[in-house]
Amino acid sequence: MSKLKERMSGIGEFMSQPDDQLIICRCEEITKGEIRKAVHDGMFTMTEIRRYLRTGMGLCQGLTCASMVKRIVARELLISSMELEPAVSRAPMRPVEMKIFGNEEKEVK
Amino acid sequence: MGNCADVVIIGSGIIGNSTAYYLAKQGCSVIVLEKSNHIGNGGSSRNGGGVRQSGRDIRELPLAMYGVKNLWPTLSEELEMDVEYYQEGNLRLGKTDEHINILQGLTDKAVSSGLDVQMIDGFRAKEICPYLSDEVIGASWCPTDGHANPMLATLAYYRKARQLGVRFITGEDAVEIRKIRGKARQVVTSKTIYEGETIILAAGYDSRKIASTTGIDIPMTQAALEVLVTEAQAPMFYQMLGTAKADFYGHQSTHGSFVFGGSSGYEDMNKDNGMPVTTSITASCICRGIMKYFPCLEDVKIVRVWAGWIDVCVDHVPVISKVEEVPGLILACAFSGHGFGIAPTVGTLLSQLVVGEETVLDISELRYDRFRAKI
Repeated sequence: MSKLKERMSGIGEFMSQPDDQLIICRCEEITKGEIRKAVHDGMFTMTEIRRYLRTGMGLCQGLTCASMVKRIVARELLISSMELEPAVSRAPMRPVEMKIFGNEEKEVK
Repeated sequence: MGNCADVVIIGSGIIGNSTAYYLAKQGCSVIVLEKSNHIGNGGSSRNGGGVRQSGRDIRELPLAMYGVKNLWPTLSEELEMDVEYYQEGNLRLGKTDEHINILQGLTDKAVSSGLDVQMIDGFRAKEICPYLSDEVIGASWCPTDGHANPMLATLAYYRKARQLGVRFITGEDAVEIRKIRGKARQVVTSKTIYEGETIILAAGYDSRKIASTTGIDIPMTQAALEVLVTEAQAPMFYQMLGTAKADFYGHQSTHGSFVFGGSSGYEDMNKDNGMPVTTSITASCICRGIMKYFPCLEDVKIVRVWAGWIDVCVDHVPVISKVEEVPGLILACAFSGHGFGIAPTVGTLLSQLVVGEETVLDISELRYDRFRAKI
């Protein structure tokens, strides 16, 4: 059974690295160290990392950081980043003001 | 590694995870099976985060009150992770006399079952939450209600249970519960078989299909609800909000974003393509509902919308029960969209059922065999 599904540690202890303070998700200001620690806390998928840390949940919705986060998580799990499923993209495509989003019922002349 | 444990739990939502945690704390070995690739990928990560006592059925209310009194206030400390619990009260808002009548009815019911809820006028409501529309003429107010972060609370229980040695396996869909010598013993998945002295079924709506393999049926259906989140705002207010007509519900989170859930009226009729998918009409409808009560939020941007299934019981109250015909099986399902707030209590009760202690609350009203024909 794969490591992802079994969620066994087998990935060693968390060891700090000199660039752990590096900000990876700019919108939510999440660092490389926080992402690496989350893996050791048992967050093994991109979806879990996102819910746990808010990476990719800010204004850009992960457009900037998703692939970096993925590679950091994969390296921590000692697997290929190809094995990690991306987190789901969600509507709306870009942030929309509530008054505009709520206006869909009105006909445009 | 063997596939046997004292307890096998089907479903890694907050119910399964909290139960796993309380059982592991008592020294039980536990395996948790999750169909999805992600822990807590159902309603547990998709709800509005209400930790609410008001508006509950009288059979369910004691569970909510017990949790708010005994478990939620210290949960972050216990799980060593901030679950963003706020106990700043619940405002249920009204703008017309009809609304006030609805709220008065709910309040009278809650008061008669021992909860501290009161009707307040628009002036007092605006003192509590100054950002309200001037059109609000009254509200029901439950000062001990609150909210928490559902994603973090679900993952906090998972993280802690895992630290205590609970084995979690994702991508493992239970297809059958098999009896051995008259007792539920095996959980058959599409890949392998797990064995436990006790099997807890906490798989949301999927519980219906899985329970039916033992001949047990719970009358429930599923509905797709949607929630949206805004960009972060400076701290404004931390009450949990709702309205008499259920236009929307929600709160501001620690992060600063507002999390608002709501409905379009088509929740029960959405087609099931296997995944909860947002529709084109619901989020707009939620926005209009919010702006009716909070016009000051009209320029706040929506960044994300998502959907989730709830398992709706015919009487809108969960089933938390041992099953007489199937010894060894415990059901914890049909939460009808109210499961998050009572999850710590439910986890506690289920762990007590497993180890054979007397449950801290009487849950006989939540039995699986309470359903009767109408005449």
